[in-house]
Amino acid sequence: MAKRIDVSGLTAYYSSHKAIEDISMTVEPRSVTAFIGPSGCGKSTFLRTLNRMHEVTPGGRVEGKVLLDDEDLYGSHVDPVAVRRTVGMVFQRPNPFPTMSIFDNVAAGLRLNGSYKKSELNDVVEKSLKGANLWNEVKDRLNKPGSGLSGGQQQRLCIARAIAVEPQVLLMDEPCSALDPISTLAIEDLIGELKERFTIVIVTHNMQQAARVSDRTAFFNLAAVGQPGKLIEIDETERIFSNPSVQATEDYISGRFG
Amino acid sequence: MSHATVPVKRPDSLSAARLPRWSPWAIAIGSVAAGCAIGLGAGLDSRIQWGLIAALLFVGVTYALGAKVEGRRQAKDRVATSLVWVAFILAVIPLASLVYETVARGIKVLDVYFLTHSMGFVTSYEPGGGIYHAILGTLEQVGLATLISVPIGLLTAIYLVEYGRGKLAKAVTFFVDVMTGIPSIVAGLFILSFWILILGFGYSGFAGSMALSILMIPVVVRSTEEMLKLVPNELREASLALGVPKWRTILKVVLPTSIGGITTGVMLAVARIAGETAPVLLLVFGNPLINGNPFSGPQASLPLYIYDQYAKSGGSQAAYDRAWAAALVLIAFIMILNLVARGIARWKAPKSGR
Amino acid sequence: MDIATQPPAPPAPADRPTPAEQKRAARGATRPGDRVFLGLSRGSGILLLAIMAAIAIFLTYRASLVLSKNEGNFLTTFEWNATATPPVFGIAVLAFGTIVTSIIAMLIAVPVSVGIALFITHYAPKKLGGPIAYVIDLLAAVPSIVYGLWGALFLVPHLEGLFGWLDDYFGWTGIFAWQGGAPRTLLTVGILLAIMILPIITNVSREVFRQAPQMHQEAALALGATRWEVIRMSVIPFGRSGVISASMLGLGRALGETMAVATVLSPDFLIHASLLDPGGGTFAQNIAAKFSEANDQGRDALIASGLVLFVITLLVNGAARLIIARRKEYSGANA
Repeated sequence: MAKRIDVSGLTAYYSSHKAIEDISMTVEPRSVTAFIGPSGCGKSTFLRTLNRMHEVTPGGRVEGKVLLDDEDLYGSHVDPVAVRRTVGMVFQRPNPFPTMSIFDNVAAGLRLNGSYKKSELNDVVEKSLKGANLWNEVKDRLNKPGSGLSGGQQQRLCIARAIAVEPQVLLMDEPCSALDPISTLAIEDLIGELKERFTIVIVTHNMQQAARVSDRTAFFNLAAVGQPGKLIEIDETERIFSNPSVQATEDYISGRFG
Repeated sequence: MSHATVPVKRPDSLSAARLPRWSPWAIAIGSVAAGCAIGLGAGLDSRIQWGLIAALLFVGVTYALGAKVEGRRQAKDRVATSLVWVAFILAVIPLASLVYETVARGIKVLDVYFLTHSMGFVTSYEPGGGIYHAILGTLEQVGLATLISVPIGLLTAIYLVEYGRGKLAKAVTFFVDVMTGIPSIVAGLFILSFWILILGFGYSGFAGSMALSILMIPVVVRSTEEMLKLVPNELREASLALGVPKWRTILKVVLPTSIGGITTGVMLAVARIAGETAPVLLLVFGNPLINGNPFSGPQASLPLYIYDQYAKSGGSQAAYDRAWAAALVLIAFIMILNLVARGIARWKAPKSGR
Repeated sequence: MDIATQPPAPPAPADRPTPAEQKRAARGATRPGDRVFLGLSRGSGILLLAIMAAIAIFLTYRASLVLSKNEGNFLTTFEWNATATPPVFGIAVLAFGTIVTSIIAMLIAVPVSVGIALFITHYAPKKLGGPIAYVIDLLAAVPSIVYGLWGALFLVPHLEGLFGWLDDYFGWTGIFAWQGGAPRTLLTVGILLAIMILPIITNVSREVFRQAPQMHQEAALALGATRWEVIRMSVIPFGRSGVISASMLGLGRALGETMAVATVLSPDFLIHASLLDPGGGTFAQNIAAKFSEANDQGRDALIASGLVLFVITLLVNGAARLIIARRKEYSGANA
């Protein structure tokens, strides 16, 4: 169900601009790994290279290797569609399909991947909504449009949509930055539950959040504006926040810059 | 997942058999070759058939190969891609041909003589003659229509943006939309019914101008409205706060800020009506001689000249050549207006930015 | 500006301003200059309404003059003999021709336009999309008489092969039976109208597809959707109402098109079973063709048919506006 990610020597470009340079790290299965760092340090770009969403941006290209267990995502015979099917993603702003009902939103990924009986779809949708702690709030209005929900509910709907296809890895790009504190708490609790089943990578601006939800934390930084972002260090979250091995990490965490 | 009740379908591995990157091109070239071969072999004399065969082959082979090698979903994706390309090419061919034919056939008799002489008493079977009278007529009719439409259009747009809140403004907005959709021939019939049939005036360039104004006003209103809405409210407030009366604010601050965009809109509207034939046919009537007075007697106009040379010539090649040459002049005039208008829009755009 | 030299504002009157005065003040129209300017601009708006009303009134009036004398049935008579005494004329053939040609044009133009619009926004290489869109924008400005000339002198001869082919394979349906006449038929007109309205429908559709929110497309991608599936899930649902209203605008053009039809069609006053038989007519074409030899009564009859065309295009455009208005509300709610 959950796979390990091994990144080695990964560099990503936007046209001729180098956004991140030479990143290598390992993401452990069934754990939460948080990416922190100042704006523009490339943490979101790096996240998007993990399911080949980066190359969707015009001019986006990647060098290096990303191994999912033992398979290189950027191998020559790899189908990017299959990659994104295996590595799910939740975005910064909740983005349920506005023309679809709550039910159809959750079932959207499944319907792409083959035909299911109505009863099977019902089961998966219920399980996914329960998995996203949203079932009790929406079970009576599954046929209403997803855009009628509150922001926090919409984001949990997007999580339900992502986990309905049972990906190996779940990438979250600042999933709480558009939400109020109570919704944020709900999502953080949910992340804690989801890591039993998925490998989770989360980008966050909020260091308290990284400290609360993650097992390991990676700190990214850039030398100067216009320079590519780099991975400074990755370690157990406790260590990063108490006793980091690099001075820049400590400066960032203690709020001296960023 | 032990408690999963439904086995979720998923790919076994990330890799999938894929057609090589060059395959769409190869299929396209193959289809075109096969289309030509079938066309030649079966003795089909219309190139349209060749093209349709090639297009069908391209889509069909793409689907078959895609489905065989990559699976159904990928095949659908490939078919969608190939259909979109085919749609593009299908549409480009006639549009390109239109431009090409007009230029290639129009250039034949287009010279200074053609531009500076009228048809006079040249009959439709003989070569010679020119379009001076038609150019003159078009310029006068379009000029008069612009003189009528621009003030009305501008003022209406100002009313809608700067003053209009109530029911009247809503009604005007709605009917401007409706007016945009009036067929040009209906505008012509209207002027015909009241100017010529009821008031008893004769055919004239001015009658045509009035019909053209009906077509032009809504275009001017719409584009001016858009431009006025782009003017930031802070500018208006700053001026009003200085104690400048509202009408002076509009004249001295709002209009100058948006003048570039308004000019563009007016030029595009002029380009639109310059090619209108139907109302001119009903109201200006056409005239092979030079009539410089738009207020009395039939005049010529470029689009009407094209129609007359085509329709009333009994199939004479000389007349067709003149029709193409006039079409080329008309297209060139309209394209230049369009290009200049868009140029102004681009040049003025950064300044009007919010 | 003369702000500095203006006398100080007069002291406020002791009594309260009347409601009318308050209203005027709210509009900023209290000074003479303001009142004149407001009057002028509101007058223009009212003039527009007056023109619209006048169009309806004058057309109806002239039409009523001749309709009362009509010996035929205006809706069902297959004849146009409006200059005779008593006049006999009916719009059945014209209505049929107008509707059939417009349907053919829509059937061809809408899918192809959507294809080109998607090509520009989602398929073409970035560097190609912009210039293509620009050129198609320009083509929308080509006058219809030029399309007509091209249709009559270039398209018609090139359609013979296609007509023969349709006759060979689909002649048995009756709709595509071909006697071998020149292809100046309703089908040709439909094809030419399709080519004419392509640029308009493409431009509007392209604009809508371009605005399809990136975040919904990324959501579909992240679920493992192919490019086509992304378009089906997030671009087309977003653009559907826009495409519909674009099509209605195109339909309005096709219904009222005069010159392109008048040059291409070889008209008669019959309804033919086969689309490949020359003949038939459309409202606008009939007006242009019959106008020059019509007396006042004949012109009134043409005006009557023009009135019908006017009403039809009003309905079509009204429907398009309604759809656009609905879409505005819809996108506002989800912004």
